[in-house]
Amino acid sequence: MSAPAARPKLAVFKFASCDGCQLSLLDAEDQLLDVVGLVDIAYFLEATSKIVDGPYDVALVEGSITTPRDEERIQEIRRQSGYLITIGACATAGGIQALRNWANLDDFIRTVYASPQYISSLSTSTAIADHVAVDFELRGCPINQYQLIEVIQALVAGRKPHTRTHSVCMDCKQQGNVCITVATGEPCLGPVTQSGCGAICPTYNRGCYGCYGPAKQIHAQSLTDHLIRQGTAPAEMVPLLRNFNSGAEPFRDESNRIESLT
Amino acid sequence: MSTQLPSECHMFLPKSEFQLLIDLLRGDGFTVVGPMIDQEAIVYDEITSVEELPLGWTDRQEPGHYRLQQRDDDAYFGFVVGPHSWKKYLFPPLTTVASAQKTDSGWQMRTPDPETTKFAFLGVRACELAAIAVQDRVFTGGPYVDPIYSERRQQAFIIAVNCTEAAPTCFCSSMNTGPRCTSGFDLALTELEDGFVVEAGSEAGESLMSRLSTQQVTAAQLASAESCRQQAVDQQSRQLDTEGIRDLLLENLEHSRWEEVGSRCLGCTNCTMVCPTCFCCSVEDVTDLAGENVERNRHWDSCFNLSFSHMSHGTTRNTITQRYRQWLTHKLASWHDQFDTSGCVGCGRCITWCPVGIDLTEEVAAIRNDDCTSETGGTA
Repeated sequence: MSAPAARPKLAVFKFASCDGCQLSLLDAEDQLLDVVGLVDIAYFLEATSKIVDGPYDVALVEGSITTPRDEERIQEIRRQSGYLITIGACATAGGIQALRNWANLDDFIRTVYASPQYISSLSTSTAIADHVAVDFELRGCPINQYQLIEVIQALVAGRKPHTRTHSVCMDCKQQGNVCITVATGEPCLGPVTQSGCGAICPTYNRGCYGCYGPAKQIHAQSLTDHLIRQGTAPAEMVPLLRNFNSGAEPFRDESNRIESLT
Repeated sequence: MSTQLPSECHMFLPKSEFQLLIDLLRGDGFTVVGPMIDQEAIVYDEITSVEELPLGWTDRQEPGHYRLQQRDDDAYFGFVVGPHSWKKYLFPPLTTVASAQKTDSGWQMRTPDPETTKFAFLGVRACELAAIAVQDRVFTGGPYVDPIYSERRQQAFIIAVNCTEAAPTCFCSSMNTGPRCTSGFDLALTELEDGFVVEAGSEAGESLMSRLSTQQVTAAQLASAESCRQQAVDQQSRQLDTEGIRDLLLENLEHSRWEEVGSRCLGCTNCTMVCPTCFCCSVEDVTDLAGENVERNRHWDSCFNLSFSHMSHGTTRNTITQRYRQWLTHKLASWHDQFDTSGCVGCGRCITWCPVGIDLTEEVAAIRNDDCTSETGGTA
């Protein structure tokens, strides 16, 4: 990445999401004022009602595409933005709401809404990169605030962000965590999940849910076959893969494969 | 810390006097690290009392499988090795190697103060002594000495423990590294029911032994210790045939087995993290938001990471198959060229802690049985 103009003009946009990822910027507390000093916040409704029109040097995009209106709006945001960076599992893989991709949307709408005729929604929840070119993806549910600050800092400095792509296992081992799967038999997605959370679940004796999505070049089937041989029920494996990153291709394909066997 | 002693000096330390060993070391300014139960496994951590040791517990290990199990006796060291190794103290997972601060008169560079913690390791097994000797060559051999490792290593006091049992994942006999502790320790213990046969391996060890409440060892105790140690030899079932292993692996780089194991390997790095000799690391600069304070940090890395072989032209080892082959051929073959020793000590950690139970002894055997270059062996 080459350096954008000094104090880049930053916009934060939201699609289908819980707002948790953009809030992690506000959660930065000790560093928040310094971060705000690095950029010119032009559009960030969670932080300020002041709106500056585009174009923007950097757009942080949270959330997935779930409505016809979203499909149009993301195209406009792409046109208005220099760098488009997706933040979080919704924006990078469709989020938990991508579970609708395996269900009938009309059934949900009829069950939830008293007047379903007013609802205009797509039958799928998809990642931003399925619609427009994305310059950088920041994983996680929610994202790690330090990774977000690192990305902003890298943009300002005109260098490549240091966000690691290794598995959660490496974080576990460096912290002295004992492998939950090997020592107790509890299924854990750590070996096939990208680092970023600091291995928070295994640190608290809980298997990894895969919040940061698939690591690069994973062999998900090798892990699931082994876990199933060791006693994990296939019916338990499918929802484990279909969490916040069910729309990420390796998790999606492997969950489909196991489901077809049961 | 060990200056090797030629003489064999054995004494008997009753278990009732065991605590004094820790007390004396602590009194001498050592941080004593030993085995303890945590997170459903036997790990290494700081201890102050023998009561923290895993008294009456053992481990059951298989490829990709580890379980604690209660013993029917009160052994302090009735287990083999767990997920931790001593390298986490000698070669820490994360260290700051340098820092810099921007001032009005330019950048002020700073080297961190030397490590002042003196570690005493209690319960170092023969395979682990061998692993420390391997890392000694890596970090302190040759003209470029790693100061972080070297400082910690020179100050360390090593109390070895002879294994009296072997796990199904152990193969130290094949690697000629154990199970008997023969060198590289200050003191070595062999556990009997009511005490330890203690052997000094250095002047420092002999000096400490003279301050312990030991007794003259009896012939019966020595014989009993020998038979306990022999049990660890007899129980070893796993083997790695090391005959010509360097050439075997390097002449079979295109063997179909690499693809086969590469399809099972997760590329997750667990084997390299638990390996007591793996030393790969990366160095990264971290700046504050103002760009005025920079820290240069060294952290453990792994040849299984895609980014590890990333160079100006791109990624050199772009598949998990290539990365598994790199790890195994380095560990068992090119390590000999580089450090004049094998990189494997036969502790079996990579077998137990692989989440899918990949077993390097099985992989080598598969290549040997189907050696593409051999005139006699092979069916391919």
